[in-house]
Amino acid sequence: MTTAVRFGAAVAAGAGALGCGIGLLATSAWLISRAAQHPPVLYLMVAIVAVRAFGFGRGALRYVERLVSHDAALRVQARTRVRVFTRLAAITPALPHAAPVRAGASDAAPGTGPASDGPLGLVLDNAEGVADRWLRGVLPMASAGLAGAAAVALEGWLLPAAGAVLLAALLTGGVLAPWLAQRGARRAAGRAAAGRAELSARTTEALHGLPELTAYGALPARLADLRRADARVTASAARSAWTAGLGSGLTTLATGGAVLGALALGVPAVRDGRLETVLLAVIVLTPLAAFEAVGALSDAAQRLLRARTDAARVRHALATPAPVTDPDAPRPLPAPARGHHLRVDGVTARWPGAGTDALAEPALTLDLPPGRRLMITGPNGSGKSTLAAVLARLLDYRGSITLDGTELRDLAGGDVRRVIGLCGQDAHLFDTTVAENVRLARPAASDADVAAALRRAGLGGWLDALPDGLATRVGEHGTAVSGGERQRLALARALLAGVPILILDEPDAHLDEATAGTVLIGLLAAARDRTVVLISHRDAVPGADPVLRHVDELHTLGPLAR
Amino acid sequence: MDARLLRQARATAPHLAACVLLGVLGAACVLAQAALLAHAIAALTVPFSLLAVVAARAVLAWGREVAAHRAAADVTSQLRARLLERLTTGRPAQACSGELTALVTRGVDALDPYFSGYLPQLALAVIVPVAIVGALAQADLLSAVIVLVTLPLIPLFGALIGMCAAARTRRQWRTLELLAGHFADVVAGLPTLKAFGRADAQARQIARVAGEHRRATGATLKLAFCSALVLEIAATLSVALVAVSVGLRLVSGSLPFETALFVLILAPEAYLPLRQAAAQFHAGQEGVAAADRILSVLTPPPASGDPSVDPSLRPPPQPPRKGRPSASGRIQADEIVVAHPGREPVGPYSLTLEPGTLTALTGTSGIGKSTLIAVLLGFTRPATGRVLAGGEALDAGADADWRRQIAWVPQRPFFFAGTIADNIALAVPDAPGDAVRRAAAATGVLDITALDARLAPGGAGLSAGERQRVALARAALRCDLLGTPLLILDEPTAHLDVLTEIETTEILLRLARGRTALIVTHRRTLLDRADQVVALEPAALTGPPVRV
Repeated sequence: MTTAVRFGAAVAAGAGALGCGIGLLATSAWLISRAAQHPPVLYLMVAIVAVRAFGFGRGALRYVERLVSHDAALRVQARTRVRVFTRLAAITPALPHAAPVRAGASDAAPGTGPASDGPLGLVLDNAEGVADRWLRGVLPMASAGLAGAAAVALEGWLLPAAGAVLLAALLTGGVLAPWLAQRGARRAAGRAAAGRAELSARTTEALHGLPELTAYGALPARLADLRRADARVTASAARSAWTAGLGSGLTTLATGGAVLGALALGVPAVRDGRLETVLLAVIVLTPLAAFEAVGALSDAAQRLLRARTDAARVRHALATPAPVTDPDAPRPLPAPARGHHLRVDGVTARWPGAGTDALAEPALTLDLPPGRRLMITGPNGSGKSTLAAVLARLLDYRGSITLDGTELRDLAGGDVRRVIGLCGQDAHLFDTTVAENVRLARPAASDADVAAALRRAGLGGWLDALPDGLATRVGEHGTAVSGGERQRLALARALLAGVPILILDEPDAHLDEATAGTVLIGLLAAARDRTVVLISHRDAVPGADPVLRHVDELHTLGPLAR
Repeated sequence: MDARLLRQARATAPHLAACVLLGVLGAACVLAQAALLAHAIAALTVPFSLLAVVAARAVLAWGREVAAHRAAADVTSQLRARLLERLTTGRPAQACSGELTALVTRGVDALDPYFSGYLPQLALAVIVPVAIVGALAQADLLSAVIVLVTLPLIPLFGALIGMCAAARTRRQWRTLELLAGHFADVVAGLPTLKAFGRADAQARQIARVAGEHRRATGATLKLAFCSALVLEIAATLSVALVAVSVGLRLVSGSLPFETALFVLILAPEAYLPLRQAAAQFHAGQEGVAAADRILSVLTPPPASGDPSVDPSLRPPPQPPRKGRPSASGRIQADEIVVAHPGREPVGPYSLTLEPGTLTALTGTSGIGKSTLIAVLLGFTRPATGRVLAGGEALDAGADADWRRQIAWVPQRPFFFAGTIADNIALAVPDAPGDAVRRAAAATGVLDITALDARLAPGGAGLSAGERQRVALARAALRCDLLGTPLLILDEPTAHLDVLTEIETTEILLRLARGRTALIVTHRRTLLDRADQVVALEPAALTGPPVRV
């Protein structure tokens, strides 16, 4: 069953439930009016059965509607989440910036994102908003529209003028009132949403920067600042309450108007004989029931308004250009007999949305036959990490990079990364066990393989000291692991993945100098016969740096004019 | 629960009371409208008083909504303030986890529909049906009995089903939180996943988890909607029963037409407040679940200790004030051991900082250098050992006072969205602009960027070296304005290239002149300039500090 069918069924059931409510009151009104004429009870049997059926049908249909609509909405939500995530995966590492993050050492990952709320907000809140738009916005509107039309038809059939009055009243209560409320609320809601987002961002910021705010005695001022932001949000919420209430009042007024109108039209009609006496109660009471459908519309309109931003954000994210595009017909991955050969002949690259090139080396020539070890150094901002992203096919480039003679841009990115493994400097530790964190590089690896990779990465002693060994959890964002251990875990992944070409992006970023030298030499040894591109900020002085004895070539990227 | 929550947010009581009062007046209007309508239909007249009643109902409905929304805005605002206060003052100064941050922002917002909709409606659901049953009893006792019998069934079944659903909803809220944590984790780790070709697999995983979530939610809803089913059927079926019963008695002539109409119009109104409350049942449940989590943070746990609550949330004891620890004198850390739950304890470490000297602190990654600094800053209390400053021990009561004497730059400085000047001025609240400019000039910030340049959240847009300079400018501002005698820098030149490192080293050495300075570093350039190098070594091996 497609989502459209599910939503259609939900609308039908919802309209049916509302219709039962209208039928119940209309039939009851007829029943009582007819009974007042003291007919034989037999004449009332059909009405009595109908009244009871309507009474039961309403609850049953409402139940069906709720189940079906919630199920459909949750499906939409899940699907949106997956779509957004897939898109985010495609545009990584040029991800939209998350709201406050702790400053990490990274001169890569630039670019402004599609959403100010960051990628996580997209996956969580905005996806929920998109589903809500259907569940609490579109569905109640469609059901109410159908049921309202049925009520108008009934009323118009009995007394055309009363039908017109009911239509006008329903439009006033169901369309005009929500529209007015929405129009009034839009500005307030826009302000409230902006204020709320700001409040939320500033709160998050303050809670993340708590240590420094405390140390500098800046906390009271920050809290006062937050209180002011909070007061603004509260004030705009109060303003939007005023208008939301206005819609509700107008709807009540329209209900009364419809009843009064039917009465004012019906009484003369009965006197003139244009309307049977038994039907007066029907045309007066039907509007009362019909307006039950309208009651939900004000809320639905507000939901739609709120969800519009969510939908826009999701659309924007889905339309964000990728930093790298796979060719339509990727060439097959070369499979040379004696290992892969990587060549770079002048390369320039720019992150999407950035104004300048992050890497500009039109004269750079690198020749990496199998097993070659290259060390790349350069000042901060010279594009070292950008080169790493380009080599791992995470970012498009101008110039030429070939793998066994095939241009990198003619290959599928996934294929390239099966050969060229990137071990990034801000490697993420997932909120799971040590084993799973390493195993993600090669899901089929056994525990022994994982342990071996960890040992080769220089974590043997650390692993032995862990309380639960491989099953030890590393907490939220790997907080229970020091910076150096984190880098070595990241390396263990790359070793486990078994890629023939390793790009190590500043594996020594968080290590002390003595450890760094040992680790780098250890890494190069662990890489054995693999091709290695080692990126480091090290002061690699030929003759003085022992690490240099373990690489074949040193290349320094030139500083970029900022 | 409600009472505890209301106690946290008293200011809202008048709004809630106004809300209920307006609802009761509205119910009176409903009674009047039913009576007038019944009379009009039976007597074939169009009474103008009906117009007044309709107008009054509209005004009352409007007022009620305004009051409800204001109540909600007040409550959430107060709760946010309380939570922030609790999280920022009642616990050690650590960056808050994503979960707690979510509680302050989204968690509190979840209470909005609870207070604006559910709670006032709940009060009406008790008051209005009683009034209407009373009026029905006056008109037709039998109808009143039918309504009176079916009416309690609704809350009864609702409570029964609700009890089953509540546990599930709470579990589901927890699942949702875990799910959110999972998403956060996976999104943050996307570059890693992509590098290893696991992003697609993870997308499938997300689809699977989201699917499981849908099924679990669906099962909960199936049960939760049952109470709505009982409610709807009881409400409409009893109206049907009333209609049929008065209809049959009309035929026999034992009931006047007008009374029958009055009963028919009024009967559905008895169920309306309950139906409206039930429509917000879900909001109510979510509100209760959110409220529980908020209260578990706000109210200190009992002494026995609820394992789900972080013990560090308890307020620190406030010992009587003694002499004031002074950073101008010798600072001595004796046999400091810090215990982290679930990890090897750190220490024992000892450290002596002579006034006016520069101490370099080294040690392999993860040995506990940052932990030792957290102790010196008063962020973490050692399990054993103590810190003496100018002969006085650091204690919790004097933390703010003590920290006023320190200029500290952490390993990963915190930047917030704002200008460079704002970010520097963070170090000294209300710092004058020229002092900020001086600090920026002294640390070379002015060479790289304008003071009014805006920073993205997290300091994105600055390189590691630039970030370090801005952070040092903070320390410079504190030294300048507050004359802080103690300077603590955690790896100030890590991640820097050689040239930047040399520049930064000169800047910070200028800053350290004449002050007691403690610098965590592994860089030779800094180690060579230190008066003393202290190398932290694994447990119990620490001897007297090495003098260089």
